Amino acid sequence: MPNFRSLVRLFAAAGAAIWLLGASMPSANAQESYTLTIHDDRFEPASLDVKAGTKFKLVVKNARKVAAEFESHDINREKVIPAGRSVTINVGPLKAGSYAIFDDFHKSTKGHIVAK
Amino acid sequence: MLATAVIVFRETLEAALVVSIIMAASYGVVHRGLWVWSGVAAGALGACVVALFAGAITTAVEGIGQELLNASILILAVLMLGWHSVWMAHHGRELAREMGEVGHAVAAGHQPLYALAIAAGMALLREGSETVLFLYGIASSGDGGLMHLLVGGLLGGAAGVIFGLLLYRGLLIIPMRHLFAVTNVMILLLTAGLAAQAAGFLVQADLIPSLGGPVWDTSHVLSEDSLVGKVLHSLIGYQSRPEGIQVLCYAIVLSTLTLLTFLTGSRTKTR
Repeated sequence: MPNFRSLVRLFAAAGAAIWLLGASMPSANAQESYTLTIHDDRFEPASLDVKAGTKFKLVVKNARKVAAEFESHDINREKVIPAGRSVTINVGPLKAGSYAIFDDFHKSTKGHIVAK
Repeated sequence: MLATAVIVFRETLEAALVVSIIMAASYGVVHRGLWVWSGVAAGALGACVVALFAGAITTAVEGIGQELLNASILILAVLMLGWHSVWMAHHGRELAREMGEVGHAVAAGHQPLYALAIAAGMALLREGSETVLFLYGIASSGDGGLMHLLVGGLLGGAAGVIFGLLLYRGLLIIPMRHLFAVTNVMILLLTAGLAAQAAGFLVQADLIPSLGGPVWDTSHVLSEDSLVGKVLHSLIGYQSRPEGIQVLCYAIVLSTLTLLTFLTGSRTKTR
């Protein structure tokens, strides 16, 4: 019977393989950076234009007095942002189109990222 | 107040479903309650600590602390559930026989309960820390915040737990000699889903490539925001727009564990 250690080794090997795969890929050094602010009732801007087809960094600032959670099923991202903090989220590459985003802690706060 | 209840419900639901599967998978095992509930309690306590240090975690490791923590929590759960699956395959036949004969399994008493306890703890830790942060925000927002927190939190939490209980009771309807066969498959799918989620956080941290995506887009057919979508996300790792690497990790974990359980199972048979 394969023991626990061999199972751990197997997953570690798989993880290392995936990591190497990633490391061997060319990484975009000069990534675009876009900023989004979460206010009490809205995202600013409500619709953020980004460049399609390339990875970018999304800086999300939480201007609320309470924690927020930036989330989007469309771009597959979620990140908790403590009150008054800002976080950086790696996004993309996105195909051209509109992607819904929301604050999972305050569902009425919604916005869009538009890739062009 | 309803909004509070809904958000707490959604966070509670995922953890409740995982704990339900774990409780069903260890049905009839002596002291399993003690182990699993200790894991749940430790996970809940840990969730409060994580929420307390949310700011520090967010800025840690050049801003990817949160992603690393979430991925680690998920990978630990994957390892624990994977180990349990392999153990169950090894002892599956004797378990099924004993369950059929006397309604409970003596051999099941040797199940690696610590693995299930840790997996349950990780579920609580992951979902709980977000709930605590959210509720803390509600409580500190002033205008009758405490009342909102109590009523909304309790209602939402109770609804999540009821869903978990329904799943648990539903599983126990299955005849005893087939119960573990069903829970084994459920744990395999759950484990693969958690691995895919872990991969998602590592992509978000830009540590691994996304390998293209989305592989498919079923967001218009079944949104992850819908109740069914959410339940399927929790149980089998459903995602409406998965990245390539998430599908790959799901397939690798599912096939590896299936192969391992098949190999250990057939070896037991010939012994």
